[in-house]
Amino acid sequence: MADTLVLTPQQIIRKKAAGEPIQPDDSEMTRKHTIVVLVENSIGAFIRVINMFSARGFNIDSVTVGPTEDSSVSRMNIATVGNSRIIAQVLRQLSRLVDTIEVTDLTTTDYVERELCLLKVCYTKDSRSEILDVSDIFRGKVVDITKKTMTFELRGPSQKIDAFIDMMLPHNIVEVARSGRVAMQRDI
Amino acid sequence: MKYDVHTKVQPVVTGDALPKVRPELTTKGQHMSGAEILLRSLEAEGVKIVFGHPGGAVIHVYDEMHRIKPQFEHILVRHEQGGTHAAEGYAKATGKVGTVLVTSGPGATNTVTGIADAYMDSVPIVVFTGQVPTGLIGNDAFQECDAIGISRSITKHSYLVRDVSDLARTVKEAYHIARTGRPGPVLVDLPKDVLLAKGPFVYPETVNMRGYAVPAEGRVEKLERAAQMIEESERPLFYVGGGAVNSDSSELLTDIARHTGIPVTTTLHGLGAFPEDDTLALRMLGMHGTWWANQAIQHCDLIIAVGARFDDRVTGKLDSWAPHAKVIHIEIDQSCISKNVFADCAILGNVRNVLEQLRPMVKPKDTTEWLKQIDVWRQECPLKYEQDGKLRAQGVIENLRDKTNGDAVVITDVGQHQMWTAQYFRFLHSRTHITSGGLGTMGFGMPAAMGAAFGMREIGSSRPVVCISGDGGFVMNAQEMSVAAAHKLPLKLAVINNRFLGMVRQWQELFHKERYSHTDLSDTNPDFVKLAEANHCVGLRATTPEECRQIIDEAWKVTDRPALMEFQVAKEEMVFPMVPAGAATGEMITDRMTPNSFV
Ligand SMILES: Cc1ncc(C[n+]2csc(CCOP(=O)(O)OP(=O)(O)O)c2C)c(N)n1
Repeated sequence: MADTLVLTPQQIIRKKAAGEPIQPDDSEMTRKHTIVVLVENSIGAFIRVINMFSARGFNIDSVTVGPTEDSSVSRMNIATVGNSRIIAQVLRQLSRLVDTIEVTDLTTTDYVERELCLLKVCYTKDSRSEILDVSDIFRGKVVDITKKTMTFELRGPSQKIDAFIDMMLPHNIVEVARSGRVAMQRDI
Repeated sequence: MKYDVHTKVQPVVTGDALPKVRPELTTKGQHMSGAEILLRSLEAEGVKIVFGHPGGAVIHVYDEMHRIKPQFEHILVRHEQGGTHAAEGYAKATGKVGTVLVTSGPGATNTVTGIADAYMDSVPIVVFTGQVPTGLIGNDAFQECDAIGISRSITKHSYLVRDVSDLARTVKEAYHIARTGRPGPVLVDLPKDVLLAKGPFVYPETVNMRGYAVPAEGRVEKLERAAQMIEESERPLFYVGGGAVNSDSSELLTDIARHTGIPVTTTLHGLGAFPEDDTLALRMLGMHGTWWANQAIQHCDLIIAVGARFDDRVTGKLDSWAPHAKVIHIEIDQSCISKNVFADCAILGNVRNVLEQLRPMVKPKDTTEWLKQIDVWRQECPLKYEQDGKLRAQGVIENLRDKTNGDAVVITDVGQHQMWTAQYFRFLHSRTHITSGGLGTMGFGMPAAMGAAFGMREIGSSRPVVCISGDGGFVMNAQEMSVAAAHKLPLKLAVINNRFLGMVRQWQELFHKERYSHTDLSDTNPDFVKLAEANHCVGLRATTPEECRQIIDEAWKVTDRPALMEFQVAKEEMVFPMVPAGAATGEMITDRMTPNSFV
């Protein structure tokens, strides 16, 4: 794992001093990570995890928490961004907490990821069919309809939901509710 | 790939080397109030001393204390901050866990600075805070504050006890967490109704926390790699931090260093882990470290970091620090590894276990050339101060050292005097240097010294306890003097009075064109001799080197209470050498004549 890390400033100077080349990909490279944290099932444990992110200045894109097959354990799915050095820190800081039972970064593994989205949009006679077309393409489901608005339910990877919302933007979006990512490793 | 969390898997079940529930305690299984369960749990845990202050939310605990006369001493401190620092001083001097008991609201908030200090410096303390009854939590009840929320990012762990049946187990876990792994503060919040409720008392003998594992032995393949790196290095250097002290590895480390011939530099908290009179000792490194230790860092080809965390006061500008060095990092806290400086070989484990493993794997090295080079640096820029017959802080510290032959527990506050103590005292033994390093808390010294003195008394040590403070910081917790007096502690309190917030003045002179904004204390300083006397202590004052020696002799004759020695020293003295904040370690200011590009 160490070899894939982004170089620290001290490593860079060391390489320079030794006359070694510094690869372009040694520089800061951030990407999205999905981290699964199993914690003791208590509000305190959950808050400690979230608090660690804010106290140490790490990013959180989204968090979901829910029960697991074991009622004393909660599962948190945390979506974050950072370079490899920051993510390694995040993982170590998470593991260090007393209430965390297991910490896994799914990003480097084969995993499935889903998000749920509810989207409410205004329609007119003219836009109605176009909106339904878009929803069909994304396999969205109409879960509510009134004279002015339609509400869709959409499931899938986060990028799909991003794209769906993007396509709906020209129409009059009233409200968007996203669940945040949940993820699970595939069995090999 | 699963992230490597080998510290995070197996559940720990340990009894540590804890005293078992003593047979004379016939209270086991008996029904009693939460307040009594708390006290009985502390007894069962082997707690000998509690620093506390009563109030409404914990009044029942104090009531039970009055009734059952538990087998520990309770010290009534005069400010809860003083209580937490006293617990820290006690913990650092003895290696045991310090205990604090305070009431809710303001009692809890007053402990915050001490808790943060203990968190930064890895000091094992457990803080019990009273809390309003569970039914009132969240109601803005009288003296309510969210102690758990406030302390969350400055504690290793915290508990809100909601049920009396959880109390004994929680106490057990709190001490276990505070003491093991990288030590740190644990807060236990105790609602009043839980303290009043009745329950059976059973103190568990083991803890079972599946999420909490304590690294001990290092991995063999890592150790082999480290041994090979040491073998291959030409200019190796031990860089030793507080972890070596916390794990009581001083003798082992000294043995390995002498066996291999590898020189040793220490951080502020590492002082004492390696005897500073040894020829291999380079003394402290970093911002106010010695010239030769910092030069050695800049030129070495291998750093063996032992229980140290590459703090910015040590490294200065990271991208020019130790440019030629490979790094072996022996560390118990995985989050310290490769945080600031990349570790080519990281050994996760307890410093003592790892050093024990490493000892038979390393051979003597020929480091003569390397040591010769270090000696050149040593001659180049020795520690020095002006010898003009005036009383100077450095001279005071040298006198205190000579009086004790370096065999004393020295506690400092924060500022110039702290750095001079680190530079001039020459520490020879582990756990004899206690200071606030990470948080840099002014007001730490006096109460911490009191706690250390209680600790020395408890373990029957005759080492004198000496507190060295500045005139600014001493006043911040001077109220604890009367507590030390009441308990007849023969503390030696040295106040280095330069009539200035000296360290800030130094920065103002060096980096702010001598604009001495609000650092002059001459109008607001108390009369320190009278302050001592008003607090039932002996007060002494010196203004010349001659008087300095005299009052030190006099202070050492006082055995039944603290003796305060006020040393009036020159105000314009500076701590040199110095690496300005954020500068490269190679660019040290060695005296006032160094051209300084940081203004
Ligand atoms: C509680 C707190 N407030 C402010 C500071 C900032 N600070 C660091 S050193 C210092 C001056 C200390 O002056 P003094 O106690 O007289 O010691 P000296 O430096 O003169 O030895 C100050 C204000 C601090 N470290 N802690």
